[in-house]
Parts: sequence; C-alpha cells; structure tokens
Amino acid sequence: MSRWLLGRLLQAVVTLVLVAVLLFFLMRLAPGDPLSRLGADQQMSALEIERLRERYGLDQPILRQFFVWAGGVARGDLGVSIEYARPVTSLIAERLPATLLLGGIVLLVNFTLGLWLGSVQAVRHGTAADRWLTAVSLAGYAMPSFWLGLVLAALVAVHWRLLPAAGMHNPLLPPDAPVWRLALDVGAHLVLPVLTLVTVSIASVIRYQRRALLEVLPLPYIVAARAKGLPESLVLRRHAWRNALFPVLTLAGLWLPILATGSVFVEAVFAWPGLGSLAAGAVGSRDYPLLMGTALLVSALVVLGGLLTDVAYAVLDPRIRWA
Amino acid sequence: MGLTELPGSLIAGLWRQPSARAALVTLGIITAMAIAGPPFLPDPAAQPDVVGQALLPPGAGHPFGTDQLSRDVLARVVGGARISLAVAGLAVLVSVTIGAGVGLVAGYLGGAVDAALMRLVEAALAIPRLFILLLLLAVWDHIPLAALILILGTTGWFGTSRLVRGEVLRLRHEAFVTGAEALGARRARVMFRHLLPNTTGPLLVAATLGVGDVILLEAGLSFLGLGIQPPRPSWGGMIFDAKAVLVTAPWTSIFPGLAILATVLAVNVLGDALSGAVDPRKS
Repeated sequence: MSRWLLGRLLQAVVTLVLVAVLLFFLMRLAPGDPLSRLGADQQMSALEIERLRERYGLDQPILRQFFVWAGGVARGDLGVSIEYARPVTSLIAERLPATLLLGGIVLLVNFTLGLWLGSVQAVRHGTAADRWLTAVSLAGYAMPSFWLGLVLAALVAVHWRLLPAAGMHNPLLPPDAPVWRLALDVGAHLVLPVLTLVTVSIASVIRYQRRALLEVLPLPYIVAARAKGLPESLVLRRHAWRNALFPVLTLAGLWLPILATGSVFVEAVFAWPGLGSLAAGAVGSRDYPLLMGTALLVSALVVLGGLLTDVAYAVLDPRIRWA
Repeated sequence: MGLTELPGSLIAGLWRQPSARAALVTLGIITAMAIAGPPFLPDPAAQPDVVGQALLPPGAGHPFGTDQLSRDVLARVVGGARISLAVAGLAVLVSVTIGAGVGLVAGYLGGAVDAALMRLVEAALAIPRLFILLLLLAVWDHIPLAALILILGTTGWFGTSRLVRGEVLRLRHEAFVTGAEALGARRARVMFRHLLPNTTGPLLVAATLGVGDVILLEAGLSFLGLGIQPPRPSWGGMIFDAKAVLVTAPWTSIFPGLAILATVLAVNVLGDALSGAVDPRKS
C-alpha cells in the first residue's frame, strides 16, 4: 500500500511539473509576447515598451525566463498582474473563497441529486421516466452555460424580479446586519449560478451512476440478497450502492475540468467575484501572469483531485491496492 | 472493435433507434440549411435600416426577427451554422488525425516512447482545454479562421490518443498482427495497414463527440470575443451581441442558443448510439 501510494504521489508530482512546463511554453508559442500588443492599444513608444520588456524579463533567453518563472512558482510566487499591478497570488487568494463556495455547492448538488437520479434511472431503466431523464440531462449538457445563465438572469432576475442577477452581496445591506440576513443574501445570489452550473454538468454524474448500478444489479450477490427476502430499498442501499459508487468517485478528472470551464462563463455572466470571472477578465485585458496563475491553479486542483480519488478508491476497494 | 459492417448497414442500424434517428434528421436539416440556405436568405452582415428595422420581432419578412443592427436573425443563425459546423468538422479532423497517430506510435512502439508520450498527455489532460485555448488565443486581436481551426484541432487530441493506444495494446498480440510481423511487414505498415483500420469504431465515436465539444467551446470563445471574428456570424458572438436586449428582444438570443443546443444534443446522442453500434458490449 505504502509503495503504491508513494508511486502515485510521484506520478502526481511529475504531472504537475509537466503541466507547468506545458503552460509556460504554450504561452510563448503564441506569436509575439504579451507586451507587443501594448504599442497598438495604448500608443506607447518603442522605448517605453522596451523598458517594460526589461522589467518583466521578456528580453532574456526563453530557457532562462522559464527557470526564473518556475523558481518563482516553486516558492509560491506567480508574478505580478499587469492589470491590477498586484501579486497574482494575493488576487487569487482573494477570489478563491467565492469559487470554492459556488463550486462546493454545485458538487454537493451534483453528487446528491445526480446519484439519486442516476439510481432512479437504473432501477427503472427502459421505462419512459428513464428515457425522459436521459433526454433532459443530455439537453442540459448540450447547453452553452453562458446562454443558460443569461436567459435565467433575464427571466428570473430582470423580468420576474425574484432573485438578484449579479454579484455576491446586496450593496444596500449594511455589513453589520444580522448574520442570518447576510447568509440569506449570499444564498439568494447563489441560486442562479448554481442552477446554471448544475444544469450543464450534472449529466455526467447521472449517466455514470446509472451505468454503474446497471452493471452491479445483475450480479449474484444482489440476487442472493433479494433471495434472502430483503426489501428492495435495503438491497439497493446496502448492497448495490457500495459497489456502484466507485466508478462515480473516479470522475474527478472529468467533472473538475467541466466545472472549471463552466465557472469561467457562469461567473462572468453573473459577476460572481471568483476565479472564473478573474480569468475571464484577464483574457479581456491580456493579463498573462494572471491568466497563467489561474490556469496553473486549476490544473493543480485537477491533478490533486485525481490523486485524492485514486487514494479514496484504493482505501475503499482492496482489489486496487493489491493489483 | 472494427467496423465490420459496411457504412450503409451502420446507418441502417442507427436508423432503427428512435433517438439516433431524431439526431440524424436534426443534423441533416441543420447541415442542409448551412450548405444550401444562404443563397435564399439576406446577407447575414447586411444592415438594411438600423433605425427603422432594428429589433423587429419574428414575422413575415424575418421569421426569426432582426437584431439591434437590423440584421436578419435567421440569416445569421444559418450563416453561423455554416461556420460552426465547418470549424468543428475541420478541427476534429485535425485532432483525430494527431490523436490516432500518437496513440498508434505510443501503443505499438511501447517502452520509453510510450512512457514519455503518455506522461505528456496526462499533463495536458490536467489543464482544462478552455484554459489552454485562452492562453493561446488571448494574444490575437483578430484571429484568422484557419488559425482558430488549427488551435482547436491541436488542443483536442489528448483523450483520443489514449483511446487509440488502449485499442492498440489490446490488439497488438492478436494473430493478424503477429502474422504480419512474421511475414516481415515494416512497423509503419503494421500500424497503418493492420492496426489503424481496427480502431475506426472508437475513433468514429470520439470524433462525433468531439464535434459537440468543439461547437460548445467555439461558441464560448466567440462569446468572449476570442473565437470567430465579426462580421462573420457566429452563434456565440450573436448571444454576446444580444446580451443587452435579451429581455426586450429575446429572439436575438433564443434562436442562436437553441441552434447550439439542438446541434450539440444531436451530435452527442448520435455519438452515444454509435458507441453502442460499434461496441455491442456497451449498449
């Protein structure tokens, strides 16, 4: 087990290093450097641009630039944002809680509602309910998140005036208001972004759970449990679920990127003050250090998520550990 | 699992499933309109009367209404279909080609080549594709269409290469491969003549699902101003343009959104049905 764990850890570290290398050279692959556009945008003189290039180290040989950058990353220094003129790490730290709140709630909904719906579909597979649920969840998966978000905001927030359309807090609410009112306010702001992200991402959880349960249900130990006369609900909860849960758990590599991608659009549409809207803004202002920083953090989260689910899988299922 | 049936019987098999049939019909209609529609419709970039004919609701002259600049929404949706489908089709062609090549080489040669390629693929898969695209595209002011296609294509092959590698590992000790090797076939011949044709089933599925992914990504990029550049019509760009008038003139945004939804849904349903058709174990 410990040897397996060590090997898996090493693999994650190698992946992370390669991610950093890839990201750096991807950015430098694009024609010109981040500053070459400033001349056109802001009418800077060639001399000023040259000076900036020196300041950001862009006049150095590329390998040297890479090691300077990578050394900084290793020390937790992601550089300075061009637009905000502040360290990228402090900007990210500021925006991370909002994204974790939004993403955490979406994950919670996906893995409760999604697992439940997937189980319902598996138990009733082949029925009209199964087909309709498949159609609806696939339709959600095929929707552009930004479009769904805009339509929901227009309908629910602007037309019906039921919920706030943007941001995380009501600016008119005094900061010394009772905690429950502040929480309720954030909750009201969360509804539409969560609804949008869940709609476009829940399909994968539902489908995997449905397929996993369908694979388990015909197995002999389920037949045996039924033959003992156990009620069907107990067979499902105690026997089928335990084994059907594994494949869904390992989806981290799949849903984390989906969630990260969705957050960029959904946070931008709802002006949610998280990492996604930070990245979307960095695109508009061509803020490369900021864009690199967010991309690196998101990729690190994907690698970490994969590692954690693999470990959880090994702990829960001894067949993996000894294989 | 290779395509043992002829393409004709594959389509016939899909046609028997109601959902796949609906998907084929939907895609057929959208493709036919994208190819044949534009000559019968107004110029999607024309602004006949910005004051008098802007934001007309759907009616006789304009079945889908007009936008803020008095452009015909139907003409723009159809023009957007033409570009979206072409971009997605070509980009997927690029990514499937690269993915198949890398997967064949890694799976068949094995050893250090395989290890190095797969470590790289693993790292590339950890970076959400949107972020790779944002980094690559943010430099351009107005990205040429060919460059956009190439970038979408070269960022979409990582998963495919893993898939093909897996198939190759499964097949490489089969009799038809060892037989060819015993007869002295060169490695390239074994890879392209014997192994590649036997991966066409999974490749076809991956390509179909890839088209849906690219259409959604391209729409998102165009929404952010990084994808298809105006005055070319694009679904994502239309939704962005219509943001301010969504409440008063919903048709400007609803129709391009529905076009994306219908196309991607049809492509994904078709991909699912295909994966059942080429690999009966999965259905």
